[in-house]
Parts: sequence; structure tokens; C-alpha cells
Amino acid sequence: MRLSVLETKRLAACLGLGLLLAVITGPSGSQDHPSSGIRGSLLDVRVVDFLLFGLVVWALAFGLRRARQTEAVSGPTAQLRQTVRTALDRRGARPTSYLAMLLVAILVPLALAPAAQLSLFLDIGIYALLALGLNVVVGYAGLLDLGYIAFYAIGAYVTAYFTSASALPIHAPFLLNPFFVFPVAVAVAALAGIILGGPTLRLRGDYLAIVTLGFGEIVQILARNSDGVTNGSRGAFGVPGLSMHLGPLEYVFPRTKALPYYYLLLTILVLVMIAFSQLERSRVGRALAAIREDEVAAEASGVPTLRYKLVAFAIGASTSGFAGVLFATKQFFNPETFSLQASILVLTIVIFGGMGSLFGVVLGAVVLQGLAYVLRDPIPFIGFQVADADRFIYFGAVIIIMMVFRPQGLVPSRRRSREIKLSEQGLGHADAITGASEVKP
Amino acid sequence: MAFADQFWQLTVTGLVIGSVYAVIALGYTLVYGVLQLINFAHSEVFMFGAFGGVFATRALLPSGNISATESIGLVLLGLGIGALCGGLAAFALERTAYRPLRRRGAPRLAYLISAIGASLFASNLAGKEFGRDSVNIPKDLFDYNTQVFSVFGARVSKQDLVVFVVALALLLLLDRLVSGTRLGQGIRSVAQDSDTASLMGVNVERIIVMTFVLGGLLAGAGGFLYAMKFNASFTMGFIPGVKAFTAAVLGGIGNVRGAVLGGIVLGLVENYGQFFLGAQNLDVVAFLVLVLILLVRPSGLLGERLGRAA
Amino acid sequence: MSLLELDDLVVRYGAVEALKGVSLTVEEGEIVTLLGANGAGKTTTLRTISGLLRPSRGAITFDGQPLKNIPAHEVAAMGLRHVPEGRRVFPQMSIVENLEMGAYRDRKHLKVDMERVFGLFPRLAERQKQDGGTLSGGEQQMLAIGRALMGRPRVLLLDEPSMGLAPLVVQTIFQIIGEINADGVTVLLVEQNAAQALRRASRGYVLETGTIAMQGEASALLQDDRIRQVYLGESTGDEAQAG
Repeated sequence: MRLSVLETKRLAACLGLGLLLAVITGPSGSQDHPSSGIRGSLLDVRVVDFLLFGLVVWALAFGLRRARQTEAVSGPTAQLRQTVRTALDRRGARPTSYLAMLLVAILVPLALAPAAQLSLFLDIGIYALLALGLNVVVGYAGLLDLGYIAFYAIGAYVTAYFTSASALPIHAPFLLNPFFVFPVAVAVAALAGIILGGPTLRLRGDYLAIVTLGFGEIVQILARNSDGVTNGSRGAFGVPGLSMHLGPLEYVFPRTKALPYYYLLLTILVLVMIAFSQLERSRVGRALAAIREDEVAAEASGVPTLRYKLVAFAIGASTSGFAGVLFATKQFFNPETFSLQASILVLTIVIFGGMGSLFGVVLGAVVLQGLAYVLRDPIPFIGFQVADADRFIYFGAVIIIMMVFRPQGLVPSRRRSREIKLSEQGLGHADAITGASEVKP
Repeated sequence: MAFADQFWQLTVTGLVIGSVYAVIALGYTLVYGVLQLINFAHSEVFMFGAFGGVFATRALLPSGNISATESIGLVLLGLGIGALCGGLAAFALERTAYRPLRRRGAPRLAYLISAIGASLFASNLAGKEFGRDSVNIPKDLFDYNTQVFSVFGARVSKQDLVVFVVALALLLLLDRLVSGTRLGQGIRSVAQDSDTASLMGVNVERIIVMTFVLGGLLAGAGGFLYAMKFNASFTMGFIPGVKAFTAAVLGGIGNVRGAVLGGIVLGLVENYGQFFLGAQNLDVVAFLVLVLILLVRPSGLLGERLGRAA
Repeated sequence: MSLLELDDLVVRYGAVEALKGVSLTVEEGEIVTLLGANGAGKTTTLRTISGLLRPSRGAITFDGQPLKNIPAHEVAAMGLRHVPEGRRVFPQMSIVENLEMGAYRDRKHLKVDMERVFGLFPRLAERQKQDGGTLSGGEQQMLAIGRALMGRPRVLLLDEPSMGLAPLVVQTIFQIIGEINADGVTVLLVEQNAAQALRRASRGYVLETGTIAMQGEASALLQDDRIRQVYLGESTGDEAQAG
């Protein structure tokens, strides 16, 4: 069998991918031996496995393309897909599956080790909440916010300021129960979002991305350099845990245990998901959809696009601030907690799960962060593991792969996938990056 | 110390670092010209160039005393290899993170996100392969701290001079290339109207690749210059990247000479600014400049003149 | 064999069919005009021929070679030049640079061809260093046509060269199209100015919502009642659509 030029290129690309994977998973280099990692990865028997892997990927893709050509629309895989889709669409199927998943989310943590429970709260739960908020900005409004974690930082520092006399060098004249800090932090974060977004949202959408990127960095630098306010790089110690005093009911969330926090967070997640699904169907949600699909047309038909984008941006910011409060009541933090990478991690989760899809975004947090947690230790038999520091190589790869092969994400929002498809055929935009103000001369 | 006493020294530092910003900013502005996209992964192209140049000079440095010719040769070699690494990185970036999306006609948000992914991937991979500490060019490469001359009492070291002169040469070279060659004309035509350019027989896809590579060569060489003045590390790209972008916007994005002006102005402003705000807030100054310019004059000092050499 | 042949061409924008099976032929040395109202698919037809759009069905043949799936820059190199709607001169390039762009693929005859273009359009010769964007509409149209000629085309696709121009300038442009054709360049001319176009052309086609509604000798079309009513604006009281 002779291969066409295109197929040969594809084969070469797959083999190259195998080699790249070999380098990514192989030994690390160092500054004195910068090529040792690459040599150790490629000049070793293990490279054979990766080349084979590349070959298999190519063969599978080749077979799939063949099958698709001959099978057309009515083939068995297409039928299977259709069956699954109709089953999911059947009335009651979605609520039932949601209920089942909620049950899993309630019961499974009870069986986990304390370290896993903590990770469930910190890495999955908090990030799911963050991702839900960023989803409003990226998924609903089609804007890119790369300084998202800065609002989380604001939430955390506001909590320290209002709840503890000793966590920071300065504190509020009156101290509050952390529960009362939630509205304060949400308001402060939303205000920061409006101050930042107000002027920049007028501009081309990609300028917002870079301004937020800079903003995230500035917040971190300021937190690091302002010893007298934020305690600098030492961070905030001794923020009190959450406690409830509802009449006769008294409950103090012990900072040493993760589960109570987790269940509180789970409740919040469910409420936020309900609220955001209402938001999507509301006037605001529909206006945002119109802006994504055709901003010029939306503007022309009287939608105040800037105001709606600002609303979405502020909702995202306040969700992030809210998550910051929850986080601060459980965990020590310092400026390094709020790195650019954390912002991009939240973005990765949203992209992976599916922009605009509430369920997808939460699932994205569970899968990505869950995998990162599991892979800290070597997998039995294979021995594969991912060092904490190397996690972001994989997250970066996940982003590119999703954008290239499945931009709608793992669990796509139906409206978003349709928009992406239409925009690829040259209709509409599926984002708010091409602003109404931007028309090529 | 009063500002007046420091003025000339701050000016020298500002010009030197500003010229490096200008070299990197050209990559943003060129790619923006042809694609109307911010290449968020450009900072990583710069980082690979810096590593390439630094490792090359470290590996090739002869033991013992080195002669002046050897020293010049090595610096040029470092520049060349840095540029090459930058060019290769930019090429790979375009192939993996941009082209597949362009084939599909993806929304612009997708490009930005994919570039962010590429940036995250590349910098962390570099961290894994090249270590997570910073590396310097070899101490014996040349006596960089020696003062060559002084202007108004401000010392200009050998290193300052080398960085500034090389950066200036690169800027002039690129300006000639864009305004006076067929490739340059192709790039400008795609920037002004890519459909019509293709009707003239311009292979737009190839021009896009060449633009990325050109920006990559410059960023790679700029990376080596930056590493000469400071050091190289896997996270080094981010801050100069944002600053170079600021420089590009400051001059008027898409405008080649604007990017040069923007780089120099930013270098000066941030150095004067840090005198008042403190050295630890150097990076804050650049950000403030970015926000200010976007608020007051988003089209930049010289205006956005897509595809225009002058 | 015709020089340019479209066979059952279908072009879609998403779910919308812009061309629903267009067939037409252009013989070597002819001027053929393609008439139709706004949105009938005239520009889509030209953009598909020159490779800017991909047809979802049908065939395009140029000089016996299939053009389907050949990218625009290759089509241009084959000797088929498209002067797009709205002229689209490079606004920040001088007249000379714009003309150089026309000869981007092959600069062997640059000097000679530029002299020839300046001969056809003396107005351009006077303003050589001026930027394309600062020219008047008529000058831009001349530049756009001149730029296409720099590629020594066998076929020229002209998309509404008279749009937005003063009557006197329109005369000049059509006259020059005639001269270019007399030099042996085949022309496919899309126009809304049906009277002028039919007077210059040997044959014409009328596009209506993506299909060829009428075709024939230009002289015959000029006499046709429906054409006279709808495209020549000789209204009998109905609203004319020729604008």
C-alpha cells in the first residue's frame, strides 16, 4: 500500500508526537546538563514504546478516517451516537443522572483518606467553583480573563483583614464572622472587576486578555511587596475557621478537617450551578449569547453590549472573590498561591470541560485535578507519575489539544458547539474578541 | 539622591533595556499585522532563544583566557544560535497551536487560548529540561562590567554597549527587510488585505509562517541579549513579554517603527518611574503605562498602521 | 473547449446556498457579462472561480485544467486575475508598490509591464508615489485593473468596476476594458450597470438568487423586455432593482 503525501505527513506528525511525549515523560535535565533530559528520554529503549504509540495513534486515526469515508452518516458508530444522544435527551434522564452524581459526590468522600479529602476540597471543589465563575466570563461572554485569580486573592486578603486581628499587619476596626465576609468580599471583588473591566472592555477583546494578565501579576507583586499591609511573602496566618451561630445552633468548622468544608462547598456549588443556569436563560444570558454570535448586530439592535460584558465580568470576579473567602478560612496563603499559573489552571478546566457548560466545567475540575492528584504517586505496573512541578506541561498540552481537536470541550454546551460550528463556516463569531469597534480598513 | 543626579544613568539603562524590548516587540507587531492576533506564546519563543544562546556560549567557551576575537565570535554565535532557537520555536508554535485552528476557521478566542496553552506547555517543559534555576552566560565570555565611556557621568559598560548596538542593528535590518524586500512586501500586503494579497499570487499561509519565524529569530536574538544583561530561566519570558507587548501597543500595534519607538520609550519611562516608586515596583510601572495608553490613546503613539513599514 | 467553464457550481455559507448550480462558459477572447441584483451570487461566483471560496459541488475548468481546490494564489499564478469588488487596492502602499504586488510571482517583465499600465492610465503615472488609500475611487479602480494586468492574465474577472464612480469615469473604465480585451485578454465582467456591460460584452448571463435565470447574446439580452424592465431601469411603473 502506498501512502499519500498527506498521510505520510500525518504519520510523521504522529511519530513526532510520540517523541515529544517521550521527552515530556522522560527524565529531567538540569542547567549544567541541559540536554541530559532529552538524551535520557530519546536515547533509551523506552523511545520504542513511544514511537509505537505514535504509530498506533496514526493507524487508529487513519482507520477512523477510512471508516468515516465509507460509512457516511448511517454507519454503526453514527447510529450508536444517535442512540446515546436520544437516551440523554429523554425527559427525566438529565435530572436523574444529576441526582446520581450528587449522591456520588456526597458519599464517596466519606471513604477517602484525609489527604484525598483535603484535595477534594482544595483542588477540585474550590477550582470547580472558580471555573464556574470563569465560565461566565469565557463561556457566556466570550471574553478572555487571564488575571482571574487576582479576584480570588482579593477575596482571601479581604477575609484575613476582616476576620482576624493578627493574620495581617492591619485589620478592620471591627472583626466579622467569616460568613459575613462573603458579601463584603463579593462586593469588593466585583468592584475591582468593574474598575478593571470598565475601561478595557471598550477595547478590542484581546486587549482585555493582556490587561487582565498584567493585573493578575500586579496584584501578586503588590501583595509580595506591601509588607505593611499583606505581610509580604510570609502570607496570612491564623484566619479563623468558619463558624455558625444561628440561634441555638452553634457549629465551628474545624480547620483541621476537610469534610465539613467540602460539604459546605458542595452545597454552594449546587446553588451556584442553579443560579448560573438561570442566568444563562435570563435576559442577561440571552444578551450575552447575542454578543458572542454577532456583536455588531447585537449593538445595532439596541443591546448595550458594554454593560452586559461588564456584568459578566463582574459576576466572574465576584465568584472568584467568594471562593477566596472559603479558601482563606481553611488554608494558609501567601502571594505565591495566586500565581498566573493558577489563573491558567482555571482556564484549562473551563476549556477542558466545555466552555459554557456548567456540568462540563465541574466535571473538568474533577477529571483534571483528580488526575493530577492520582498521578502524584506512580501508577501500579506502569510506574507513570507526574511530579507536581511538571503538571503544567500536561495542562498546557490539554489546552492545545482541546483547541485543536475538540474546542467545544468534554461535555459541550449545545449552544456553544453550534456557535463554534457556525463561526467556522464563516457565520458569526462565537466570542466577543472581535469588538464592534474593530472593522478592518 | 535626587532625580537629577540619577537621570543620565537611568537614561542609559532605559535605552539599553528599551532596545531589547523593541526587538521583542517586533515579533508581536509583525504577527499582529498578518493575523490581528496577540501571540501570547511569543514570550516563550524569546525564552528558548535565551536558553539556546546561553547554553551555546557555555558549551563552547574554551578553558583559560580567551582572546578578543574568540569573545566576539562567541557572542555572535550565541546570538545566532539564540535566533535560530527562537525561529524554530516560533515555527513549531505556528504549526501546532495556530495552523490547525486557521484551517478550521476557528473563532479568535480559540487562538488566544491555544497560544496560552502553548506558552504554559513550553515554559514548563523548559523548566523540566533546563532546570528551574536561572543560568547566566559564562563569566569569562568578556569583561562585561568594564566601563567603556561615560556620558554626563553615567557609566556605559561594555555589556550595555554590546546589547544596545546589536539591538539597534537588528532593528535596522528588520526595517530594511520589511520596507525593501519582496518578503517584506508580501508581509505588508497580507497585513493590509490578505484576501487581495492571495489574488496577487501571494501564498498567505507561507507569509504567515515566515512572519512567525522572522519574529522568532528576532525574539531569539533578543532573548540572548536579555540573558546577557540579566539571566535565562524558564519563567523569564513572561515579564519582558508583557512589556514588549506594551511597547508594541505604545507605538501602535502593527506598526514596525512604532514598536521600536514604543520599546525605547517604555524602557526610559519604567526606569525613571522606578526611581519614584522603588526598584521592586519596576514591573508595575510598565503595567501602568499599558493601562494608561489603552485608556488615552489605544492606537498608540504612531497609530496602528497595519503592514506599514513607516 | 471553452477557456473558462463552470459546471453546476454549488456554494454554501453555512446552511445557506448562495449558488445553487451555476453553469457558464467563457470563450477565449470574449467579454462575457454576469448581471444580477444585489445578493444574486455574482461576487460569490467570482470568488469561487479565483479560489477564495470552496464550492461544495460542481466543477470549474480553466484552459482544460480543473480549478476546484486550487488555492487562490495558485489560480492567480495560472493567469486568471480577479479584480475584487470595492477595488481593494493596498491602502498603505504606493501606486508603484501596488503594481509590483500584481507581479508578485514573476518580476521578469516588471519594468515593461509597468510602463504599459502607465500608458493605459496616465493618471496613475502622475501619482506614482502616492498611497493607494489616498486615491479617488476612479483612480483606485484604474490601479486595481492595472495591478491585475501586471500579472499578464489570460482571463480578467472584474467585479463591478463601475461601482460608485462618476459617469465620465465609468465611460473611461469601460473603454479601457474594451482596449484590454482587444489586446487579447478574456474578460468576465460582473456588473449592475447592465446597459454599459451589455454594450461591451458579446454574451451575458443573468443570475437570480443563485441560479442562472437567463443567458444569451448581449444584443439579444439588451432587447429583452424583462431585462429592460428590471436591469436597465426602463421601468413601466414597477420598482426597478438595478440600484
